Amino acid sequence: MTAPAAKRAAGAHPEGTPPPSPPLPKRRGIELALLMGAVLLSACGYVVVGFARAHPVPSGAAGYGAGLGGLALLAHLAVRLRAPYADPLLLPTAVLLNGLGLVLIFRLDLETPADPAAPAQLVWSTVGVGLFIAVVVLLRDHRTLQRYADGCAALALLLMVVPIFFPAVNGARIWIRAAGFSIQPGEFAKVLITVFFAAYLAANRNALAHTGQSVGRLRLPAGQVLGPVVTIWLISVGVLVLERDLGTSLLFFGIFVVLLYVATGRTGWIAVGVLLAAAGSAAVGTLEPHVHGRVQDWLHPFAGITAGRGPGQLAQSLFAFAAGGLFGTGLGQGHSYLIGFAQKSDFILATWGEELGLAGLTALLVLYALLVGRGYQAAHGLGDPFGSLLAVGLAALPALQVFVIAGGVTGLIPLTGMALPFLAQGGSSVVTNWIIVALLVRISDRARAPRPAPDPAAPTAPGGAR
Amino acid sequence: MTRAIRHTAAFSFLLLVALLVNAVRVQLIEADGYNANPANRRASIVRYAQPRGTVDVGGSPVTGSRDSGGRLRYERTYTEGPLYAPVTGFSSQLYGTSLIEHAEDGILAGTDGRLALFPGWGRLTGALRPGGRVETTINPAMQRAAYRGLDGRKGAVAAVEPRTGRVLALVSSPSYDPNELSGNGASVSDAWRRLNRSERQPMLNRALRQTYPPGSVFKVVTATAALESGRVRDIDAPLDLPDPYTLPGTHTSLGNPAPGCEHASLKEAFRLSCNTVFARLGVDVGLREMAGTAERFGFNDRGLRIPSPVVRSTFDTRMDPAQLALSSIGQYDTAATPLQMAMVAAAVANDGQLTPPHLVDKVTDAGGVLVAAGERRPTQEVMNPATAEQLQEMMTEVVAHGSGRPAAIDGFTVGGKTGTAQHGERNEGMPYAWFVSWVRNKDNHEPVAAVAVVVEDAEAEREDISGGGSAGPIARAVMAAGLR
Repeated sequence: MTAPAAKRAAGAHPEGTPPPSPPLPKRRGIELALLMGAVLLSACGYVVVGFARAHPVPSGAAGYGAGLGGLALLAHLAVRLRAPYADPLLLPTAVLLNGLGLVLIFRLDLETPADPAAPAQLVWSTVGVGLFIAVVVLLRDHRTLQRYADGCAALALLLMVVPIFFPAVNGARIWIRAAGFSIQPGEFAKVLITVFFAAYLAANRNALAHTGQSVGRLRLPAGQVLGPVVTIWLISVGVLVLERDLGTSLLFFGIFVVLLYVATGRTGWIAVGVLLAAAGSAAVGTLEPHVHGRVQDWLHPFAGITAGRGPGQLAQSLFAFAAGGLFGTGLGQGHSYLIGFAQKSDFILATWGEELGLAGLTALLVLYALLVGRGYQAAHGLGDPFGSLLAVGLAALPALQVFVIAGGVTGLIPLTGMALPFLAQGGSSVVTNWIIVALLVRISDRARAPRPAPDPAAPTAPGGAR
Repeated sequence: MTRAIRHTAAFSFLLLVALLVNAVRVQLIEADGYNANPANRRASIVRYAQPRGTVDVGGSPVTGSRDSGGRLRYERTYTEGPLYAPVTGFSSQLYGTSLIEHAEDGILAGTDGRLALFPGWGRLTGALRPGGRVETTINPAMQRAAYRGLDGRKGAVAAVEPRTGRVLALVSSPSYDPNELSGNGASVSDAWRRLNRSERQPMLNRALRQTYPPGSVFKVVTATAALESGRVRDIDAPLDLPDPYTLPGTHTSLGNPAPGCEHASLKEAFRLSCNTVFARLGVDVGLREMAGTAERFGFNDRGLRIPSPVVRSTFDTRMDPAQLALSSIGQYDTAATPLQMAMVAAAVANDGQLTPPHLVDKVTDAGGVLVAAGERRPTQEVMNPATAEQLQEMMTEVVAHGSGRPAAIDGFTVGGKTGTAQHGERNEGMPYAWFVSWVRNKDNHEPVAAVAVVVEDAEAEREDISGGGSAGPIARAVMAAGLR
């Protein structure tokens, strides 16, 4: 649906009318084959780590392969039964990323035998796949989410406020600790907020695009339309600044601007967004000592060495990437443990870069590009604005996250702590990403399915123009 | 909306492309700089992750490796640390390497490109080849004899094979145990501090890195200059040079330790070690000729490597005649390393041909395949063979009927020269005892070894210090060990 068409369709049935197209093949067999490949690749990685460390095949290799295979098979069955037309690349890509992440964490555990992270990560991955299956099975239509948009927003805000009452970890108050588990509610909030943004903007896109004051050539949208969204967004950002988790606040901002642009089709929003982001970053970068230090570290990664303090984390990370070169040292043969703290979470990409080299890093980025690209593809083929916006938001989330954290650890942009989707240690992150993939599967199923009969029970947009 | 989605997708891919371009920058373009950064511990981790190649003496290793189980895993061990320390040097996780351990580090650590299966191996794989072996030219029997001979007294011994320039013995005493410097614990830094603070300077390689005034042993050089320049044509003709000799342009007069120098021939003056004769000959020959001869022997050469750098031995090139007179008897600013004086003896023994010394015989990879022969430099002519023959006669005379008698070996021709060098303020320091010598098979004229010994013995009585008495027996023991 083009933008002019969208304008003409204002007030029409919320479910747009996609152009007729021949039904796409289901491709479930291809998905199964790819899944087997993904599981095999991950199991191979596990074995390679074992061989590289002069151990025999790790005792857990078979169990690991079987476990991952079982999870993949269950997820596949859920998709086959409940989302038969879904994009066949989404699930295998997610399984491969998750599997490789487990291999990497298993490999890093060899350096810190006292503090293993792989078992917990495996449990969280299982929970993530379980939630994936739950979403695919229980959520029959993504448009259902539109009804709960306000609830999502409230829940997201609640989740983000709660960690303030818990002790800070490494300067950031983003964890809830209970019964030996620690959860980062901000991770879940990302999805919830995206759902809310998508729903709200889908309902109000015409109002946003065509009402309000004109200032010169730039037409400002009406305050009452934009108000709730900006309020929610400001609160969330405020909370994040209080919690010292600036990566996430940047992410929210990015998602908001992207969805605003996609909803209204007006490039002005991008300009406004970039300006605001720049201003906000500059203000925070100078006022907030924690962030100011990060910016200084980015500008002078080797300042610690010249000052005689030894290399800082970013310098160690750059050393790791450089040591990898074109083909890497080989799994299990790098020295990324020199990074020390956060080597399994924020800096896990450095281990990947060192042990698999530029070639491996390129492959990884291609995998992410596949996941993200398929998300946009789903958004593209969908008739309803909410679904499209949701798919765009869900695809942009991992894209921005990968950029922020990978750019941070390679010295492209200042470092902000953030989990690399599916790879980094962190249960909340893995679970959240599985939910994102589940939603994308659900949306892509709708996008690729032969055009269904109009659903009389289709939910109407809250506050939609009638 | 479709267009906006396309734009968003394109922007997302642009971000990924930016990441890739930046990764190329970090991992390929700037990688060498990061890898070489001294704060980057990878190079040393990789380097110590495998046992270091061995340094071999007489075909068997005198070094080993010990698995410490730490981050920098393998530590160097030495089978006879103090004995071979002046040859091997140390290899320490904390303090780096010295001597052969330093000069051949690439081979021993496996980083040398010549060990690789094909060019660019290391860059491609990041892995090191197993460390290669460095076979030295040292003769273990001679090394031991020299070490035992010095017996902990301050001093040094250098022995070379005259024809080939192979270094047969290189001993510095007192020595230290490089085992103490292997690894990176507190004990290593304690040992380092203790060894460097020690009064007796055990880590100083006196054979290569310390120069001494050569005293009378320098008369070999002066005699060479006198003969080569034509100042003396017949070594048996009386020279009739004044005794005592007043240094030109001064009121200082120079005397002799023994009588009989006034009418002595060159041969006789050499046997009696007449200061007056050689000081005067040096002045007569002239500065240019004297300096030229000394430099042909290797003095004033900053570039001598065996492969470790050897300190420059000096003979001044700008002096007045009085200084030249003193320099010609190995005093004033003339100074020489023991290795340099061994080279002087070797040049005489090898008929005037000097082969620059080398310590590395050959370098092989871990499997024994030859990687490189040790560095050989071309032989240079120091004097013509006739002059060399005259000098051999004079030096043989010293051992047969002079101060060099302690160095005589039955059944072999031995030539030598003793020396006692004054040093310090107004010569109040303990003099150094010197002995340079060479040994030759009687039948085939083949020189077996040339040896220089210096003993700086602060313990003994001043009168006891004579080249013949202190240093001669050591030289004899070293030569005899080489003949077995």
